[in-house]
Amino acid sequence: MADVVFDQASRVYTAGAKPAVNRLDLEIAEGEFVVLVGPSGSGKSTALRMLAGLEEIDDGEIRIGGRNMVGVPSRDRDIAMVFQNYALYPNKTVGDNMAFPLKMRGVDKATQQEKVRAAADILGLTDYLDRKPKALSGGQRQRVAMGRAIVREPQVFLMDEPLSNLDAKMRVSTRTEIAAMQRRLGVTTVYVTHDQVEAMTMGDRVALLADGKLQQFDTPADLYDKPANAFVAGFIGSPAMNLFTLPVSAEGVRIGSSELRLPREVQSRISGDRVTLGIRPEQWGVANGDGGASAGGVKAQVDVVEELGSDAYLYAHLDDDAQTAVVVRTAGRSGARRGDQIVLTPTSDELHLFDPESGDRL
Amino acid sequence: MAAPTTERPASTGDTRELAPARRGNRAGPALLTVLTWIVGIGFFFPILWMVLTAFKKEADAYTSPPSLFFTPTLEQFETVFSSGIGPYLLNSLFATVMSTVFVLLLAVPAAYAVSLRPVKKTQDVLFFFISTKMLPVVAAIVPIYVVVNNIGMLDNIWTLVVLYTAMNLPIAVWMMRSFFQEVPKELLEAASMDGASLWRSMREVVLPVVSPGIAATSLICVIFAWNEFFFAVNLTAATAATVPVFLVGFITSEGLYFAKLCAAATMCALPVVVAGWIAQNKLVQGLSFGAVK
Repeated sequence: MADVVFDQASRVYTAGAKPAVNRLDLEIAEGEFVVLVGPSGSGKSTALRMLAGLEEIDDGEIRIGGRNMVGVPSRDRDIAMVFQNYALYPNKTVGDNMAFPLKMRGVDKATQQEKVRAAADILGLTDYLDRKPKALSGGQRQRVAMGRAIVREPQVFLMDEPLSNLDAKMRVSTRTEIAAMQRRLGVTTVYVTHDQVEAMTMGDRVALLADGKLQQFDTPADLYDKPANAFVAGFIGSPAMNLFTLPVSAEGVRIGSSELRLPREVQSRISGDRVTLGIRPEQWGVANGDGGASAGGVKAQVDVVEELGSDAYLYAHLDDDAQTAVVVRTAGRSGARRGDQIVLTPTSDELHLFDPESGDRL
Repeated sequence: MAAPTTERPASTGDTRELAPARRGNRAGPALLTVLTWIVGIGFFFPILWMVLTAFKKEADAYTSPPSLFFTPTLEQFETVFSSGIGPYLLNSLFATVMSTVFVLLLAVPAAYAVSLRPVKKTQDVLFFFISTKMLPVVAAIVPIYVVVNNIGMLDNIWTLVVLYTAMNLPIAVWMMRSFFQEVPKELLEAASMDGASLWRSMREVVLPVVSPGIAATSLICVIFAWNEFFFAVNLTAATAATVPVFLVGFITSEGLYFAKLCAAATMCALPVVVAGWIAQNKLVQGLSFGAVK
């Protein structure tokens, strides 16, 4: 086990072009489970591959256990990786696949067998050791790939979207299995995904990347509650946070023709005459539109209602500005219907304010 | 209870109406099947005739139309053997096996490099390989003859080994390249992460995956080398001549004896057929391996 440090690490594919990974700084503690998340093209996979030794480190350093990895080939880094398509050796049996990294390190046959057995026990693969990968289901192949990584007892586990080839149900159960196994083995793990639910549920900490740059590196709760900028705010959370860029008024902000009053403390943070306001779907209070315009409320008309059982999502547009969409999360079976008039009021003081130019949190 | 019974005849009526239409649709594929058989038999007929004639007595070989029922005899094969095909067979075997081994030894690493570790000039290199096949062999034979003569290698089987290797190398590189390109690069990455050196990941991971490709490439090389005639007839004489050269000589001397000629031709074709059959098993096995996903 070791800590992992990205120190201003960059990857530039073509000289002069925008770096795929731009001066990435991450300090990952020993035994920590860190998720790299971001939209496609954000550089998350490139960052992982740099750590794996599959991509050059063009600038800066990556250190594993204090040792600089620049120029060190993958096989000397003492890391193990689980690939998105599992990359199992098709001509080898499950047992031989899992024993391969041990064999390459000159571990004797008996120890190989013993470790493969132990890993197969943990993963429920004991009955499949003599099968070829082709004769396994997707979930089993995924577990073989995990097995091949854990027999090694490496310093660091790297996982590159290991769940994206599984069906939805498998993905949820495997998600918990991987997280539980990581806690038990205590091996430092860097996990790449584009799925924010995986990021939020699995990671001790989550690093959100966009355009090759680190946006925020925090615990899932802090990422959700205190997004560092408008991008993070919009990316984390489903449905996404409502973001409006609004003119500032004396008591709050103007949204359409209504005024949204903001607590004095919140308002004091605004400097310019416009501000980006972020309100999560669950931070709206919904009142029936017929009840008269309550002070500080925003009138809207419901376009779509999504009933999910435990709760429901209302997709609406503002009365004053049909272009501005708003998403509201309410309790299930609220009785709201398409075409209903509603009045929305922010229920929480924890509103998110961002600079409209830089997107930074105010 | 009454309702279903009244409905049942109606539904049988429906199927009766549908049946002719279905039959009409089937006529197309049936026609194609018949056509396929006709074309297939058309292609196969000369070979069938050759093989059958090889087992006939010389007198039976000339009946027209050819008789399908006769007492088979191995007489013709014995004649061919006693006329000294042995050394020719050995020469062909040596030239074919050696050149194929050399081709694989050179083409597999070359194809690995151009497909899995490409550099800027890789495309040019690939074009160079294939461009060597653009020159007609006939145009090159005079300089080749002069060179071979000057180094005293005329009528030497190693000359053919070298030429056959050179002749098949470009094709083999191109063929193997397409097979290597099918190898998911994550397999190599996984192997290197698992601690395998280039050599070991090649031997333990890549080669097993591309083995159907190696079988196919070998088969092509074997066929081309075994059947090569032009170099052999121009550069060899008594000691290094190969089977095709023997066959041509046989036509000149025994051209009127169809049965004997067919026996010789059958014997010449047999090794390639066997090689093809062996490779085919490997090819099918390779296909059933399936992709990694």
